[in-house]
Amino acid sequence: MIELIGVNKRFGDKLVLNNINSKFEPGIPNLIIGASGGGKSVLLKCMVGLFKPEEGEIHYNGRDFVHLPYEQVRDIRREIGMLFQGTALFDSLTVEENVEFPLRMFSPLSPAERKDRVNFCLERVNLENANSKFPAEISGGMKKRVGIARAIALNTKYLFCDEPNSGLDPITSRLIDELLHDITKEFNITTVINSHDMKTVYDIGEHIVFMYKGSVHWEGHRHELDEARHTNKALDDFIRASQF
Amino acid sequence: MNLFYELGRYLLFIRSMFFKPERARVFVERTIHEMNNIGVGSLGIVTVISFFVGAVTTVQTAYQLVSPLIPLKIIGTIVSDSSLLELAPTITCLVLAGKVGANIASEVGNMRVTEQIDALEVMGINSAGFLGVPKILGGLIMIPCLIIIANFLMISGGIIAAKMTGILPPNEFVQGARESFKFFTLNVSMVKSVVFAFLITSVSTYEGYFTSGGALEVGEAGTRAVTRACVLILFFDFVIAKLML
Repeated sequence: MIELIGVNKRFGDKLVLNNINSKFEPGIPNLIIGASGGGKSVLLKCMVGLFKPEEGEIHYNGRDFVHLPYEQVRDIRREIGMLFQGTALFDSLTVEENVEFPLRMFSPLSPAERKDRVNFCLERVNLENANSKFPAEISGGMKKRVGIARAIALNTKYLFCDEPNSGLDPITSRLIDELLHDITKEFNITTVINSHDMKTVYDIGEHIVFMYKGSVHWEGHRHELDEARHTNKALDDFIRASQF
Repeated sequence: MNLFYELGRYLLFIRSMFFKPERARVFVERTIHEMNNIGVGSLGIVTVISFFVGAVTTVQTAYQLVSPLIPLKIIGTIVSDSSLLELAPTITCLVLAGKVGANIASEVGNMRVTEQIDALEVMGINSAGFLGVPKILGGLIMIPCLIIIANFLMISGGIIAAKMTGILPPNEFVQGARESFKFFTLNVSMVKSVVFAFLITSVSTYEGYFTSGGALEVGEAGTRAVTRACVLILFFDFVIAKLML
């Protein structure tokens, strides 16, 4: 479980995150939604340690990620997998080497065991026969799947996805959503997905955090969305703009 | 103020590289890869430049020595000493700052703007060390080797040019070079090559690492890396000459 307590983040004088409090449970897809500039990417980057919040705490199963010494932060980071918006695959490595990379760096597995694990992860994301291809040689959807395979290679406990559907066609988008949903359930991962795609929200969102102007404006289950939008104008505007 | 900010950030960056070493086996593999990129990848350009610099230095030295009282073998002395002391380490490293420096800054800068460095950080890898240390070690090992080759080729270029243009026979050139040779000169050449290698690789990695934006900024980082590395090479060339000679 990840718990945010009073998280504030400033860039210069501008308060980008204002007193964020929330809990993200394992085994369910947690979605952070909101318009561009609402603070959801900054929040995600604070949660994985790429930005340091000025105030507040971020607990990973009770361990305060913000105030721990570097060695312990590094230990937590090895439990984290992240799918970046642009996938962030290493250009100079093949698909297989990309997925193997965290295993080579941190696991005690032998080369044969690593290969088995890589093949398992690639099969799990329905990506076979692409092992020797370079990222430049595969499609956007395949890159996302390689990114997911790399993120789960080390038996990840926490999975973060930044706009997993950006730049994908509707069919591939749905496949990625289903994949993230299934992996979250199957491995009981605490998954946090940053998205502004309402289709994803209605398809897989079990815990939704709506960010508006740097604050949590609404929080709940996807089944509560339609009722909530009647009393929450910002949420209604956002959903309406998404043509739902 | 900007100079001090940049200097401070550069020094902190260098310090952070050695903060938490990652798995040694991966480092060794990456260092060998960088040695190949920097050393073998630059051998062609170093060969061509060194040979012609030696040849041109010989022809121009002969042009300036008009007095019949000065023996021709002095040309060998001047060409070999100036090659070892200045031309091989400095000219070669200025060229390498352009080739290797721009390459490193673009590679690292591209990794920054495509979030590959963020991916390393999220995995718990010290990205500065993971990217920077193999490049710096690769440069520290291979650039002095390139300078030794450049020393040899400059003198060879001088000998061949002298023979082909009829300035002086090879045995006289070699005699002049041998008579004035001091091992200390080679030491100065090696000290320069190590210092310049560190400057080229570390400054380029630094410039790439702190790139932000997109393709345009990656290009600018490459240009900045080459410019700053060249200026620093010339500055430290003077410092080393003053301290050692």
